[in-house]
Amino acid sequence: MARLTPENELLAKEIISRYPRPKSALIPLLHLAQEQDGYVADDAMEHLAELVGITPAEVLGTCSFYEMFKREPVGRYLLNICTNIACQLTGGEELLHEAEELLGVRPGGTTADGMITLEDVECIAACTEGPCLQVNYRYEYRVDPAGLRKLVDDLRKGNRADIPHHGTLQRVRQQIPADRLGGIEAPEVAGTPAWFTSRQATDEQKAGS
Amino acid sequence: MATNTYVAHAPGYVDNEGPKIVTRRFADPESHTLERYLATEGYEGLRRALSMAPADAANLVKDAVLLGRGGAGFPAGVKWGFMPPVWPRYLVVNGDESEPGTYKDRLLMERDPHQLIEGCVITCYALGLNQCFLYVRGEMALAQERIAQALNDAYANNYVGRNILGTDVSIDVVLHWGAGAYIVGEETALIESLEGNRGMPRLKPPFFPAAKGLYLKPTIVNNVETLSNLNWLLINGADAYKQYGSEKSPGTRMLAVSGHVKRPGVYEVEAGNITFRDLFYGENYCQGIRDGHELKMFIPGGGSAPWFFGDQLDLKLEASDVGAAGSMLGSGALVVMDDSTDAVRACLRLVRFYARESCGKCTPCREGTSWEEKILERILDGHGRSEDIDLLLSVGSQISPGRYPAASFDDAGLSAVPFPPRQTTICPLGPSSVAPIVSAIRRFRHEFEAKIAVADPVDHDDPQPDPGHDHAHDADTAALAAGGAA
Repeated sequence: MARLTPENELLAKEIISRYPRPKSALIPLLHLAQEQDGYVADDAMEHLAELVGITPAEVLGTCSFYEMFKREPVGRYLLNICTNIACQLTGGEELLHEAEELLGVRPGGTTADGMITLEDVECIAACTEGPCLQVNYRYEYRVDPAGLRKLVDDLRKGNRADIPHHGTLQRVRQQIPADRLGGIEAPEVAGTPAWFTSRQATDEQKAGS
Repeated sequence: MATNTYVAHAPGYVDNEGPKIVTRRFADPESHTLERYLATEGYEGLRRALSMAPADAANLVKDAVLLGRGGAGFPAGVKWGFMPPVWPRYLVVNGDESEPGTYKDRLLMERDPHQLIEGCVITCYALGLNQCFLYVRGEMALAQERIAQALNDAYANNYVGRNILGTDVSIDVVLHWGAGAYIVGEETALIESLEGNRGMPRLKPPFFPAAKGLYLKPTIVNNVETLSNLNWLLINGADAYKQYGSEKSPGTRMLAVSGHVKRPGVYEVEAGNITFRDLFYGENYCQGIRDGHELKMFIPGGGSAPWFFGDQLDLKLEASDVGAAGSMLGSGALVVMDDSTDAVRACLRLVRFYARESCGKCTPCREGTSWEEKILERILDGHGRSEDIDLLLSVGSQISPGRYPAASFDDAGLSAVPFPPRQTTICPLGPSSVAPIVSAIRRFRHEFEAKIAVADPVDHDDPQPDPGHDHAHDADTAALAAGGAA
């Protein structure tokens, strides 16, 4: 698909401004590209390379390391079932098999209607609530086969307005008003904060008196 | 008042009897809002810190012996002292919780984001730095949203940013988030990731973060739970903090107990004062193994920790005691397995995790974890070979040499296993894959052998050599395993 829209490009520049070096913003920017298109498009990666001042190959190098970045379209909903140890003990692997039967796909596959991509994932930090799963990174706890069928049915019928489409991670973004920003400088020029120097001196004087 | 029941809006959290520090607001459904936070001593710790000289605030944390909660258990105040007098310097908060069985930091970020942000600002003040990155695991969408909202509110109300609380102190806290990679929880990999790179660990030395971290500048990496203690600690002081817990492990810590217990849950406990038996069987905690079953084994501190068994139930949850017994409390993740658990299957699942999550930088880990997975898979699938047990140990000994005292293990006790492991790799991920293998084979070798006997009956039932079987290779593997163990 596409490069970032003008609106997203502005957002990208705002994100970059929060880091001492532009490349540090790369993972949040890749998420932004995925939010725009539902996956990370090649054109978007080229655009990010321009914004951050690195080569497209470097952007791809980072992008391809992380499992959440999809470089081709996936379903509207990513159904991620945990099968790691705590969930395995409480039926996670059986739940995954149930999902394979129900959706007619193996992990990594997308249903023919393009609605659901199934994934077999590692521990998602809900170990006491196994077996657990995420739909576009929103949790469902202690899921049984009946619960899974209802969930899939609800997703297909559009009954889960609480879950955004794949790509959208945060519906609330950090925004720092210009007059509230403490000041972010490149590591080459940033020094000791003035407040620290003056307050440490006070401490030493106290110790000396 | 503790209800000793689950709290609906904090999935898995049990509001049990006992002192509470980091979870003390969890019973409140709106604990994540600035309004509720301010009504419950919110940002009072920051006010206290700002009234002190930075070094005094740092000393308070050092005096309290606040232990890091990310896994290593190193005192935060001592770690802070490792930074050379070089600026700029950075604080990076590790919210990339993903060790199998670990579930606590996500609750802290979702339920009490301001408590964490206050901890970040206090730490920045104490260490004289003005920029903090709060690295939240990519998969934790709600935690990211809660922290984003909390930061927006904190910036708007002068708790973070320029001229904090009307003083000359300016500190920025930036929300950063990952994209799915367990290894990024390792501090040098976290820093690589925060620089926009593939999350591969750096070699230590020279890249100890306190000296050469983010942008090769001094950087402190602290865990979410560690910093969540600072609001309470600054308000109440080090002596009050040391009233709780044991002498060696003051305060409280969060533990997630999952698996085959009647009441799995996240508990805030005075860890050094109770035993594993208290935790698994006590009315105030997990209330016993599920009906009709008995304990078979348990993981005391995350997927990377060697397993414990019934013999270790009366150990205190004290890092030094658990360490002396050959394992670790790690990230406070306890996984309980009852007698219905197939030791080989559980072992395979843990090993598969490390095989999948290996970053690929070091050959012993990249290749070794995959081989461990393949061998365990064929044993479980009924295609095991007679040499597979020795082969597993041999592969393991090449990732973590000398860890295993003999090719044939006795049940003499776990203390024979040196811990922490030696490693042929840059980080401990590869060696972690060996922990479940050694644990399972030491204790449940017969389960492996029974599966292999079905698949490869010649060696066990028939004295005649199988002409299709390479016995010379068997001898080689056994020699390798024995050599690796010397």
